[in-house]
Amino acid sequence: MHTKTLAELSAGLAAGEFTSVELTEHFLARIRQYDGELNSFITVSEEQALEQARAADVRRGAGKAGPLTGIPLAHKDIFCTDGVRTSCASKMLDPFIAPYDATVVARLGEAGMVMLGKTNMDEFAMGSSNETSYYGPVKNPWDTQSVPGGSSGGSAASVAARLAPAATGTDTGGSIRQPAALCGITGLKPTYGRVSRYGMIAFASSLDQAGPMAASAEDCALLLNAMAGFDGRDSTSAEREVPDYHAALGGDIQGLRIGLPKEYFGEGLDPQVAAAVQAAITEYKKLGAELVEISLPNTHLAVPTYYVVAPAECSSNLSRMDGVRFGYRCEDPKDLEDLYKRSRGEGFGPEVKRRIMVGAYALSSGYYDAYYLKAQQIRQLISRDFIEAFKQVDVILGPTTPTPAFRLGEKKDDPVAMYLADIYTIAVNLAGLPGMSLPCGFADKLPVGLQLIGNYFDEARLLNVAHQYQLATDWHRHLPDGF
Amino acid sequence: MALEREDVHTIAHLARLAIEDEDVPAYAENLSNILALVEQMSAVDTRGVEPMAHPLAMVQRLREDEVTEENQREHFQQHAPAVENGLYLVPKVIE
Repeated sequence: MHTKTLAELSAGLAAGEFTSVELTEHFLARIRQYDGELNSFITVSEEQALEQARAADVRRGAGKAGPLTGIPLAHKDIFCTDGVRTSCASKMLDPFIAPYDATVVARLGEAGMVMLGKTNMDEFAMGSSNETSYYGPVKNPWDTQSVPGGSSGGSAASVAARLAPAATGTDTGGSIRQPAALCGITGLKPTYGRVSRYGMIAFASSLDQAGPMAASAEDCALLLNAMAGFDGRDSTSAEREVPDYHAALGGDIQGLRIGLPKEYFGEGLDPQVAAAVQAAITEYKKLGAELVEISLPNTHLAVPTYYVVAPAECSSNLSRMDGVRFGYRCEDPKDLEDLYKRSRGEGFGPEVKRRIMVGAYALSSGYYDAYYLKAQQIRQLISRDFIEAFKQVDVILGPTTPTPAFRLGEKKDDPVAMYLADIYTIAVNLAGLPGMSLPCGFADKLPVGLQLIGNYFDEARLLNVAHQYQLATDWHRHLPDGF
Repeated sequence: MALEREDVHTIAHLARLAIEDEDVPAYAENLSNILALVEQMSAVDTRGVEPMAHPLAMVQRLREDEVTEENQREHFQQHAPAVENGLYLVPKVIE
């Protein structure tokens, strides 16, 4: 059952081949069997899962099942879940049980999906390797000596090893697309504002966006149908119609104009990754697409700009973690300042502290114009590059990451080297555009991700373009050995 | 720009973070490297460029000034480190 896509599981449930309880038990057994090695889950919510599965079977019996009813999934541990611990992979929130559900969790729950548990991640979503988690690193199922990527590393690894048929993720600078690429699965970061941020623990509020991670573009479309839409509880939620993403998958891509940014194929790109992406370009030509060379001239400024904007916003967002109202509190504080400082100093890991300090510095008196204001201006230039490009092309294509998965520990003590691993994904967040990653081959037996970037609110086209590629190729059907 | 140990102490204080003395040199080095990366921005001429705070050109949505939420104080306080009579307990602030 675990090799099936969501669409196939949906059909199997509808045909009565298996029940939601059987399906859920199957995945729970796989988690018990394999997750000791992978560490992709922080919390497995077995009892609640079986309860939800029983309810889904009853709902199906009553003739009220939708396409996702009874299908299990895992939520990244950044989404608040009523009654099940939400740690954000931090000691700070290790004891935290949210008093409400995130909108994403609520909507997928209303669709009848069954939550298997909460997946491991980089602490507060800050990292590109899943090594900053308080609960230890996640292993990449394709090579357990390598990282799964981050920050949604547990979600990506659990789907790649089919411990869950699908998972939710969040993407602030590449945190859905980069781990999807490194683990050989399909992941979509929607347009900023498309999916509600309510109940999703904030890292950088002008960049954060939630999205689906699954085995295929079709599965992502099914999930996005349930996740997307206006939410009055998110002040930046987009008030726009949600198209039927699944219905749009079949569109012909004859004559589609695909932009190839020359900056995404230059120095630093691993030759095997480049070769896999070139092969995907050839495939798109066969499908009738037209390839257009374009330029995104400010690409090199995306990482520096991001490492001002994101830390500045995180230093503000994480100020609420102060040991007073929830989460970790230090022992025997001698006064209020000591309570704040030691609760935060002991509760946060080193990468989170680094980013809070960079943000506090960039926002501090005398430095604001040189750092934060400057970064916002360059953010404008980076966005304009994309707006210009989309006058010529329908989608933009390139590699998701410069290299395949790197070794555990390889970049752990060098934050700047780690940051540069996100060079192709970060600009998309700064501009607020939708982007996705899908598997397009292998480099030394490790998966390679193909990135597609769309215009604002053009997720339907992105998913269509990805789906047409997946109809013609089978990279998304490959599974790691040993699981 | 390279940060000195003193700078790390100042920034950590601004962010209300207790940092162990033995960790200060590593933070000074890492933060300096990050700031060196960020420094690439200074070469760009941004005169006249409108700062972009938000990806979507949207106006803040307003709603009617009506009570929409119920009081759930006890529910929200059950995970607090220390509460009494509905109040959050912290060390004495005023002697």
